[in-house]
Amino acid sequence: MYRKDYSARKYVIIAGFTLVAVVILVRLFYLQVYTNQYKLSARDIALRRVIEYPARGRIYDRHHKLLVYNDAVYDLMVIPRQVKSMDTLKFCRLLQISKAFFIKMMAKAKHYSYYKPSIFLKQLSQKDKGPIEEIMYEFPGFYFQTRTLRHYPYPIAAQLLGNVGEVNQRDLKRYSYYKPGDYIGKSGIEMFYEKELRGKKGSRLVEVDVHNNVKGSFQNGKFDTLSIPGADLTLSLDEKLQAYGQLLMQNKKGSIVAIAPKTGEILAFVSSPTYNPNLLVGRQRSKNYNRLLHDSSKPLMDRASSGTYPPGSTFKLIEALIGLQDGVVTANTWFTNQGPASKPIPSDSYISPVQMKLAIAASINSYFWKTFRAIMDNPKYANTHDAFDAWRKKVLSFGLGHRFNTDIPFEKPGYIPTRAYYDKVYHGSWNAMTIRSLSIGQGEILVTPVQLANVAAIIANRGYYVKPHFLISMSGDDTISGKYHKKYKVPFNQSYYKVAREAMTEVFTSTHGTAHAYYMKSLSQAGKTGTVQNPQGKDNSMFMAFAPVEHPKIAIAVVVEHAGYGATWAAPIASLMIEKYLRGKTKRPLLEKRIINADLIHNQKLKKP
Amino acid sequence: MDWLTVVLYLSLVVYGWLSLYSASGSSESTSIFDFSERYGKQLLWIGLALLLAFMILVIDAKFFSSFAYIFYFLIIFSLIGLLFFGETVAGSRSWFQIGNFALQPSEFAKFATALALAKYLGKLQTDMRLFKTKAVAITIISFPALLILMQNDTGSALVYFSFILVLYREGLSGWIIVIGLLLAALFIITIKFGEFYVAIALVALAVLLFALFRSLRHQWKIWLSSLFVSLIFVSMVDYTFKHVLESHQRIRIAVMLGMKEDPHGAGYNVNQSEIAIGSGGFIGKGYRKGMLTRNHFVPEQSTDFIFCTVGEERGFLGSMVLILLFLALLIRIIQLSERQRSAFSRIYGYGVASILFFHFAVNLAMTIGLFPVVGIPLPFFSYGGSSLWAFTILLFIFIKQDANRLNVL
Repeated sequence: MYRKDYSARKYVIIAGFTLVAVVILVRLFYLQVYTNQYKLSARDIALRRVIEYPARGRIYDRHHKLLVYNDAVYDLMVIPRQVKSMDTLKFCRLLQISKAFFIKMMAKAKHYSYYKPSIFLKQLSQKDKGPIEEIMYEFPGFYFQTRTLRHYPYPIAAQLLGNVGEVNQRDLKRYSYYKPGDYIGKSGIEMFYEKELRGKKGSRLVEVDVHNNVKGSFQNGKFDTLSIPGADLTLSLDEKLQAYGQLLMQNKKGSIVAIAPKTGEILAFVSSPTYNPNLLVGRQRSKNYNRLLHDSSKPLMDRASSGTYPPGSTFKLIEALIGLQDGVVTANTWFTNQGPASKPIPSDSYISPVQMKLAIAASINSYFWKTFRAIMDNPKYANTHDAFDAWRKKVLSFGLGHRFNTDIPFEKPGYIPTRAYYDKVYHGSWNAMTIRSLSIGQGEILVTPVQLANVAAIIANRGYYVKPHFLISMSGDDTISGKYHKKYKVPFNQSYYKVAREAMTEVFTSTHGTAHAYYMKSLSQAGKTGTVQNPQGKDNSMFMAFAPVEHPKIAIAVVVEHAGYGATWAAPIASLMIEKYLRGKTKRPLLEKRIINADLIHNQKLKKP
Repeated sequence: MDWLTVVLYLSLVVYGWLSLYSASGSSESTSIFDFSERYGKQLLWIGLALLLAFMILVIDAKFFSSFAYIFYFLIIFSLIGLLFFGETVAGSRSWFQIGNFALQPSEFAKFATALALAKYLGKLQTDMRLFKTKAVAITIISFPALLILMQNDTGSALVYFSFILVLYREGLSGWIIVIGLLLAALFIITIKFGEFYVAIALVALAVLLFALFRSLRHQWKIWLSSLFVSLIFVSMVDYTFKHVLESHQRIRIAVMLGMKEDPHGAGYNVNQSEIAIGSGGFIGKGYRKGMLTRNHFVPEQSTDFIFCTVGEERGFLGSMVLILLFLALLIRIIQLSERQRSAFSRIYGYGVASILFFHFAVNLAMTIGLFPVVGIPLPFFSYGGSSLWAFTILLFIFIKQDANRLNVL
């Protein structure tokens, strides 16, 4: 049979082969070169950014006792996109969670992102994660991330040390450093030194396989950054003194601030009532926080720096120093409690007339009213208002009326009234008589316990202070220790300081002295009581002191709210603190027992009508 | 012997093994001769394949034409045998298990069918214009195809469609291929848009053509009957799709047509495969640096989806090299076929080209989402001894025939 030649058909077939090859190449060009979408998807599914959280810096007291350290906990993370069908019941059983909780957390994670990791379950202990850890491969999309929680071996100084919690929306908006779920110092030292304590997060880009196992770093760690551990802080706090102060202040409202006068280092910073700092850690944190927040005795408030009180009679020392410096009185000036001029400030004393030192030791109001009037009526100044300005300036030089702006948390400035204030209140018409309460530290004047302790330090130092502060040193930064070393002069004549110091000594030594009951032969103390009228209830009991008198090592201020006489509560607390700090333990167990056992909070409640 | 073909073959085998090594090797692998790993075994298969190639080259060329029918019937028997004694792997009953060793007869059925077809069509008295010739040729082709279909290995059965190119070269009307392609297109369009709209569109098209081209009116009977047949075809698509095809096939087609997004189920393979290939970029991520393919994100990584490794690690450039190597081999085989004196050798050569082309085109098209997922290997690349040996035998029989072409009268 005749056979037709079809050999030309090879061209059709070759053309067909070539056409198909071209179609495939075009599609490949689209996939590989033209669009970016697959490169992004590839990163999403095969790479994971692992955040390396550095250990937060530890905090030590002045004797290198560890006050705050880190405990490892584990957050269970989830990447919803990688979650495959799995034995949810087993998962829930191993983690001891309910199915409903599982569904809720998955929905939350998906709502945040399908591709980015979310925290599924927070802060599991090693024990919690044990049962599930070995079979994590059964649950793709889930993995553990190590985190740290604060732990406080000594449950002290809760308000001062502050606490660490998860960042909120405002933090996220303000600082780009944080991601949801990160921790941040929420208050106190933790907040003030947040940047130093937190260190710097690192991140690693790792390849994962389809079972979500980490296979190693991506491109030899080209995109990785190392984490930098947080700096360790050494604070000036004395753990023993702080704990003792808290013991003495239990069941009392108020505050103790003790300063090393030469250096301004704060030794004790007690605010009562307080709480165990370990309460604000871990999964119970928000529950406990809310409870503390709504407690009517305000345990979260740090009274040592944000409680403001009229200084009362403790202010008489400043009044005396200004009077002496202005030359309107001398140490030997006699004032009686008699005469019409004494009326506005009624004297509670039978001793009359008196000289300055005894007036201080026995806290005689009329003496300081007369001194104050002499300052205000000083002929050196054109009028009372100018004299007031000069007086105010000298008061401010004691570190009152403004913040120290060191690392003291929650600091309030206090208040020393201004000429403008009185001009406004009295329509420009006022004189010494109008503002007489200032003479005994009452009225509009407000100071914080830390300011009051600093006043004691100034007198102890004979005319200077170093701003009260906490930080002694920080690991990895040698320059920081010099930050708070500047001496601030309080320029009064040395002989006047001598008068003040002797007068404060007589508060203990003189039989008329208001703190004579706490006189100790073996330990020289100097102090001044204050009993401050209080519109809200019983008088505030106040005391400022330093010791030993010749070479002072501790300056202290004590405030006990609504407790009564300064001599009854604040003075013995200050004296016991001094004894504890200088001697290690007290020789007055009965006094100590009386203070520790006194409950001034709950008794008061009973007395309320 | 045509060295160009041999070089192209060796290039593909080496490129294939390198890809397999990258895909299956762990990062701290020790020796390439580690026979517990796939790349190590494949090295052994390659050695055996070369031995087979050598044996074919030394055997007398006439052996294959003489025993073409014998091979064919041996394979047919073994395919029937599979239905009774076969091992089921991944849903297909297509393996003989002999000790540790598994053999897949359907791979060898390809060259046997090509031989038988060449033998038959090579006879002087055949003519594609004759019904008998067509009927016998199609029977030779469909017999093994149906047996393979019965093993539930749709992909391998589909390969036999490629023989239509051989028939075309030998005189089958091109219209059959055109009509076949048109019907396939109509099938897909109907699935995508629904019978109703496609039927309306067909009628509208016919009316439009009639209105515009007066000359068509003379042949109105042909056109009207074509329309009628098309409409019947369309009306059967839905039934076929839903009741003849199996559910996994249905889903694969739907996924390919973008009608169904199922990145965790049926679409998972293709989705992961496209991501792996697409992330390769222009020059690729570098050898053994494919973070998806090396971390097992693509299923069937070393077998049907081996191309992903090339796409991811070698990028567009490396993929293009692979495609050009295949295209060069195919065109070379066509050229060699055309220079044969004997019809047997020519027809066999076209059979070789058709089978390789089908595997190459369908395998690549499925990894890049142009074709539904059918499990057929990429020649010389995919892991597996049977497949490599079958393709080697297929090709080297032709190389032997070509080498011997001057001895044919």
